Amino acid sequence: MTFSAGDLFLILPELLVTAAACVVFALDPVLHSSKKDGLAWLSLGTLAVCMGLTASQMSHAASAFGGLVVIDAYGCFWKLLLYFVTGLTVLLSYSYLKEERLYFGEYYGFVLLALSGMMVMVSAVDLLTIYLGTELMSLSLYVMAGLKRSEPRSLEASAKYFVLGAFSSGILLYGISLLYGATGSTRLPAIAAAVSGRSLDDPLLLFATILLAVGFSFKLAVVPFHMWTPDVYQGAPTSVTAFMAVASKAASFGAFLRVFVEGLGGLKANWSAIFLLLCIATLVLGNVVALVQTNIKRMLAYSSIAHAGYALIGVVAAGRLGGSAVSSNGIASVLLYLALYAFMTFGAFAIVAMLRKGGIEGEEIEDFTGLAKRHPLAALLMMIFMVSLAGIPPTAGFIGKFYVFMSAVEAGMAWLAVVALIFAAVSAYYYLRLVMVMYMREPGEVTATSPRLVMSPSLSIVLACAVAGVVIFGFYPNPLVNLATQAVLTLK
Amino acid sequence: MAQLFFGYFAGVIALTAVLVVALKNPIYSALSLLVMFFHVAGLYVTLHAEFLAAVQIIVYAGAILVLYLFVVMLLNVKRDDRYHGQWRIAGFVCIPLLLEFMILLAGGIAASPGPVPAESTGGVTGGNTLAIGETLFSTYLFPFEVASLILLVAMIGAIILAKRDVGGDAPQ
Repeated sequence: MTFSAGDLFLILPELLVTAAACVVFALDPVLHSSKKDGLAWLSLGTLAVCMGLTASQMSHAASAFGGLVVIDAYGCFWKLLLYFVTGLTVLLSYSYLKEERLYFGEYYGFVLLALSGMMVMVSAVDLLTIYLGTELMSLSLYVMAGLKRSEPRSLEASAKYFVLGAFSSGILLYGISLLYGATGSTRLPAIAAAVSGRSLDDPLLLFATILLAVGFSFKLAVVPFHMWTPDVYQGAPTSVTAFMAVASKAASFGAFLRVFVEGLGGLKANWSAIFLLLCIATLVLGNVVALVQTNIKRMLAYSSIAHAGYALIGVVAAGRLGGSAVSSNGIASVLLYLALYAFMTFGAFAIVAMLRKGGIEGEEIEDFTGLAKRHPLAALLMMIFMVSLAGIPPTAGFIGKFYVFMSAVEAGMAWLAVVALIFAAVSAYYYLRLVMVMYMREPGEVTATSPRLVMSPSLSIVLACAVAGVVIFGFYPNPLVNLATQAVLTLK
Repeated sequence: MAQLFFGYFAGVIALTAVLVVALKNPIYSALSLLVMFFHVAGLYVTLHAEFLAAVQIIVYAGAILVLYLFVVMLLNVKRDDRYHGQWRIAGFVCIPLLLEFMILLAGGIAASPGPVPAESTGGVTGGNTLAIGETLFSTYLFPFEVASLILLVAMIGAIILAKRDVGGDAPQ
């Protein structure tokens, strides 16, 4: 079995992203340091081209490399989201890296290679290939988390992320090998054929499913496998944190859903029980622990854990009902949730990144005191993001939660929706506390070290995109809903 | 003939494995581990798994053992008594293995499907290295290339994180 030029054409976006990363790595040492901005523009240009290519592949249904990789609407949906988030990351990093005096041209190379790993994750239908994509993404992120080398916390984050990431990869790989032993293949269609009609009474299949669930739970930062998240999100440079919280979570969900729906769909009654437990634990712990955080990056880390819990509701609901129409509604609500989550979380992190206190980042919640007086527009934007994260209408966050809860109700699990709603109310407390700090408190005396917001054109673009997404999809979510529904239909 | 080689390799493996835990000097322990790895590779060759034998030497003897030696030398374990006297751990690992072995001897072997003839694993003329290479470069070309990117990231990442001058004060 050999490959043809057609295969290469199908994975052209992946090839372009990888090639751009290599060009960045090659140009970085020879470029004069004043010209390194060009590397960011090169990355953005590549992303724009890839976005066009992937959008044109949206209606395709083709497989390449002997069925290891597929190009379908499902993969393209995630890829478009990932391009968008990566583009925002590059724009945010463009000003953030200057503020932090991190002049690593390689940074953009790592962003692009992480992206190519994520693209492999969402388009592969072979467990081994998915695993390698995950590793490519994770390794790039380990390095990026440690780029702020002058700060011990950043190095700690990198080391912690690496050790726990390697551990979780080992578990994932163990699950893959057991599944291979039980079914005789690593390809999802073959696995689906082998598991149909079997149940988890088979101990091999049971262990394989549990290990795969645990491995993916680490990547998704789901309780009780979330321990690394707060430390890593806090220690890593904020632009990297935003990238991890949004893009790596989206890609992990993409691969996770494909493995469990397409490969282990025959066992969905069994795995939905596992995810029900994880989902409730995540909702409870994520939201309750976020209440007591004083550091905004840690608070957003716990909030991102809680949001993974909301997204899992859709997964549980999809597994609960046998009928394909309703179960695809559940999966579509997960896709929609993560797309909307991307806008609000990225926006919030962008503001955190640019709030400076003296030479360093102002990342305590106290630093937002009276922000409304000094930077009314930024405070307004932050309020919109917080309101959206809390899930209050008419923002995107409400739409996301609405569809996820609806899928739970359709699956006959109204009680789960009620539990999630209670914890959404809990979450409103810590999101709105930040709004209160910004609006209700008087700012102190303006000194050299008092927090101020560093604005730049690229940051304005990031914030404009994020807020546009939150507001427009809050009022008019139909295009995104249709896209998600259409994407899920290609998932077998 | 095959019996003779097996006896030799198995004997040396058992002997050096005991030496790894019995020797006082960690460097000697590591070196006997190295000898053991080579003999395990020899066993693989007698089983017609040449590729596995080569990988065994490259990965275990070449990479992992060198890593061990570096750690041993950097940490100066020689003077640290904590790391001596591994008998207890060795016993802890040995007992379950011994039990498993007993169970196998008692009745497990009869139930097992019996030895698979070694030739059937070769299949393709030219040995299993050729077969693995051909599969890697045709069916699994895509994941193979992704793996190469992983190595690229690891290499550049290690250099960046370990580079002496922090890229902080570069511009102008």
